[in-house]
Amino acid sequence: MLLIHCPYCGEARAELEFRAAGDAHIDRPANIAAISDEEFAEYFFLRDNPKGLIYERWRHIHGCGRFFNAVRDTVSDKFVMTYKAGQPKPDLSPAPGAAPALPADSRPVETYEATEGRAE
Amino acid sequence: MADPIAIAARRPVLAPHASGAARAALSAAGPAARLSLRAKPDAVGALSAALGLDLPTAPKHAARNGARHALWLGPDEWLVIDEDEADLMAALSSAGALHSAVDVSHRNAGILVTGAEAATVINSGCPLDLSLTAFPVGACARTVLSKSEVVVYRTAEDAFRVECWRSFAPYVLAVLAEAAAEA
Repeated sequence: MLLIHCPYCGEARAELEFRAAGDAHIDRPANIAAISDEEFAEYFFLRDNPKGLIYERWRHIHGCGRFFNAVRDTVSDKFVMTYKAGQPKPDLSPAPGAAPALPADSRPVETYEATEGRAE
Repeated sequence: MADPIAIAARRPVLAPHASGAARAALSAAGPAARLSLRAKPDAVGALSAALGLDLPTAPKHAARNGARHALWLGPDEWLVIDEDEADLMAALSSAGALHSAVDVSHRNAGILVTGAEAATVINSGCPLDLSLTAFPVGACARTVLSKSEVVVYRTAEDAFRVECWRSFAPYVLAVLAEAAAEA
């Protein structure tokens, strides 16, 4: 079972107490009535689904009840960090030429493609 | 060769509900007045004065004054329990601070878990760290117990109060009784 650090409770609690709530930092357009259907669909439905770091909203629903944001690696499922809702998006992108900013123990796990090659 | 009958020792089906083993015992808490209290930080002082105790503002903390307890559930949320069934709504009506108070006296049921293995019994279905360092006397938290949401409150080193929703109470009691029978 994963342990997830709740920034409001100040400690790591079991994954059972949490619920995922989709991507974080999705800004609602200010001119929501003026934008086209395509632009609305882009804002409302379409998400990036990245392989690697993703910024998500999580809710400590069976604990303090609060929403917060988390940075998670979609390959290893490791929670890199969590922070309170409303705080700015942390910049975890590596500097040009530098190694990834992740801690050494959070490298993505080996994937099938890396070890076995692509399925033909 | 071991006697197969001895290995497959059977207990009467109702035994867990009748057990009162010394290592962990269950009992139903008496009726109590309960409030679900929500308020912003600037109202905490006035509400504390009205209730006669200091509403805790740190995670997992509870405050107690006699039979009245205030349990921190979230940054702006408390569960207030008065075991003397005092009129909590009346106490808060003159607080003069913006807040939301809902009387949930009959929404919850309390189960008292006592004995040397009380923490083990709760941990049979609850992932919370109940060691005395992480969860000392007076600590409380909303969490999950098996498939039910509960509030766990440590009233002594070997005593807990488990608050669950009324309709979940028979299930929660059965889960705890199963663990207590084996504690």
